[in-house]
Amino acid sequence: MYSLENVIKKYERHGQEVTALDDTNLEIPDNDFVAIIGPSGSGKTTMLSLLGGMLAPSSGKVVLDGVSLYDLSVKERTKVRSTKIGFVFQSFNLIPWLTARENVQIPLVLAGCDSEQQQQRASAMLEKVGLADRMRHKPSEMSQGQQQRVALARTLANDPQIILADEPTGNLDPETREQVMEYLTEFHQDGRTIVMVTHDEAAAKFATRTIRLVAGVAADLNTESQAEAA
Amino acid sequence: MKPYSLILKELWQRPTPMLTSLVAVTLGVTALVAIQNITVYSEQKISSEMDSLGANVLVLPPSVSLQNYYSADMHGKTMPEEYVTQLALAKLPGVQNLAPKLCVEADVDSIPVVLTGILPRSEFEAKAAWQGMSLLTSSVGSDRGCCATGITGGDEDEDPTALATKRSIKDLGKDEVILGSEIASQLGSQKGDKITLLEKEFKIIAVLPATGTIDDGRLFAHLHTVQELSGSGPVVNVIEIMACCEDAAGDLVGDLSKELPDTRVVTISQVVETQVAVNGLMSRLSWLFFSILLLVGAASIASVMYSNVSERRKEIGTLMALGASPAFVTRLFLGKATILGFAGGLGGFLLGTVLAYILGPQLLGVAVQPMPQLCLIGIGVATLVAVVASYLPARHAAGLDPCLVFNDA
Ligand SMILES: Nc1ncnc2c1ncn2[C@@H]1O[C@H](COP(=O)(O)OP(=O)(O)OP(=O)(O)O)[C@@H](O)[C@H]1O
Ligand SMILES: [Mg+2]
Repeated sequence: MYSLENVIKKYERHGQEVTALDDTNLEIPDNDFVAIIGPSGSGKTTMLSLLGGMLAPSSGKVVLDGVSLYDLSVKERTKVRSTKIGFVFQSFNLIPWLTARENVQIPLVLAGCDSEQQQQRASAMLEKVGLADRMRHKPSEMSQGQQQRVALARTLANDPQIILADEPTGNLDPETREQVMEYLTEFHQDGRTIVMVTHDEAAAKFATRTIRLVAGVAADLNTESQAEAA
Repeated sequence: MKPYSLILKELWQRPTPMLTSLVAVTLGVTALVAIQNITVYSEQKISSEMDSLGANVLVLPPSVSLQNYYSADMHGKTMPEEYVTQLALAKLPGVQNLAPKLCVEADVDSIPVVLTGILPRSEFEAKAAWQGMSLLTSSVGSDRGCCATGITGGDEDEDPTALATKRSIKDLGKDEVILGSEIASQLGSQKGDKITLLEKEFKIIAVLPATGTIDDGRLFAHLHTVQELSGSGPVVNVIEIMACCEDAAGDLVGDLSKELPDTRVVTISQVVETQVAVNGLMSRLSWLFFSILLLVGAASIASVMYSNVSERRKEIGTLMALGASPAFVTRLFLGKATILGFAGGLGGFLLGTVLAYILGPQLLGVAVQPMPQLCLIGIGVATLVAVVASYLPARHAAGLDPCLVFNDA
């Protein structure tokens, strides 16, 4: 269970202050599937970074399962990230000099698993995303869709309870987009919380809840979309 | 996969910039190891040879700068052979024996060799007798210090292998040759065999016992044969003079210079002193090279590390998003520096040792052995330099904002 309590995030660059997120209160219950939409520069990525323990807010609290993330030490916060949170990125961010399976092993290496466990788990995850025959391929030897599936397998490797995705379908063609969204839906059905930033209306439809950000201010669209549906 | 396999795999995929940055450090270690190795062995050799040196005064062409006694005849400059006769006739007190030499390059079955022409004593004894002089042999008092165990003497049936210790020989035919031990085994020849040198066939009359000096690698033939075959005319490269110690230390050098004004006369102790001084200088220079190259190396490692870090910003951010702590990122880069430093130190040690092994005999006539303690110093210092140079880049990597993973390129 996530909650943002009066979170404000301001960036200061070149003597100019930008409020990326303005006094936001938000609750994301366990096993929610939230889509965050909004125009460019509205603070979507900023919100995701705050949720992921990567970016300290200027004020306010980000609480995960009763623990205020930014009151933890860097080491403890790293540990939370390593055990509870998985990321999916628009440009996949696979390590180019590692094979698909080695990429999936990374979270396990960082968590200190032994080699055999790493390989078994990584192979199982790649099978789950339908890449059993691409274990030894480097990212450059795979299609964009396959790369994003490797990234999905990597996200799953240490079985995180929360998946934070920043435009996971942004670099993909419609068909592959669909496929990736189906996987995310599957992960959601497995009981995970998913927070996804997207520009893509079709992708947002897979979520159970949509939040619209405009100039750093969040508005829940749930009621709206339900009204539309009715 | 272990954390260090992340380092190795990255290095393996993109080795070039890192290896290039190591060149200076490796060369620094190479220079240090090679020079230290040679000087240490050269000093050992000098001290062990001081007493066993046979000839103790050298007469050289004037322009020769001499740094090593054993390669005293390898400078390519010549002087007239007449000087030998002139010295013999001058009958300077303290002179026990004269050994002129002329070195030329030749080859046997296309193996390059150094052929040294020597003049057997019988030759100029005869010449002196022909000129009505009784010369050298037994003319020197046996009551004179170190001359008591004089080199010459009437041992008529002297063995040719005496050349190894006495540096002169009684008889040597015009088509006879004596081989140093090393060259003999290299050519696979032994006493009694025939070999062809400068298109002339020679008979091997002896193989010298090993002396551990440059002589082991040489062939000795009659001076006049060598002059003839090489077309050099009646010249020599050096005249070695076996003298009584106290004379060599005293007036003899002055007397010799007066007798042969167009030559350079040096005593062995001068040579040895020069060599010791040269060694000291080389040793100090090697530390200087080492330090300079290490500084250059540190700068180049630091700059390559910085560019490696900025090139991998996204990778680093990803690792952090996936649960790598800043300390882990620091270790990743310092670990890489350690591996590189170790490799550079080891490489430098191997290169330096090979260089010393090749150059030692050529430059100073010393055979060298690998020195493991230099390996420790080389690896230790190279690793330290690499790690220190990478410290700031590594800290920079650890301090990167992990949010950069979201910025799409
Ligand atoms: N590191 C930063 N330094 C300064 N300002 C920043 C930084 N990151 C973001 N901003 C600013 O904060 C605001 C919100 O940025 P953010 O990246 O969260 O937007 P976004 O909704 O993700 O946009 P997009 O859809 O283009 O990805 C923008 O005005 C941006 O210029
Ligand atoms: Mg964004």
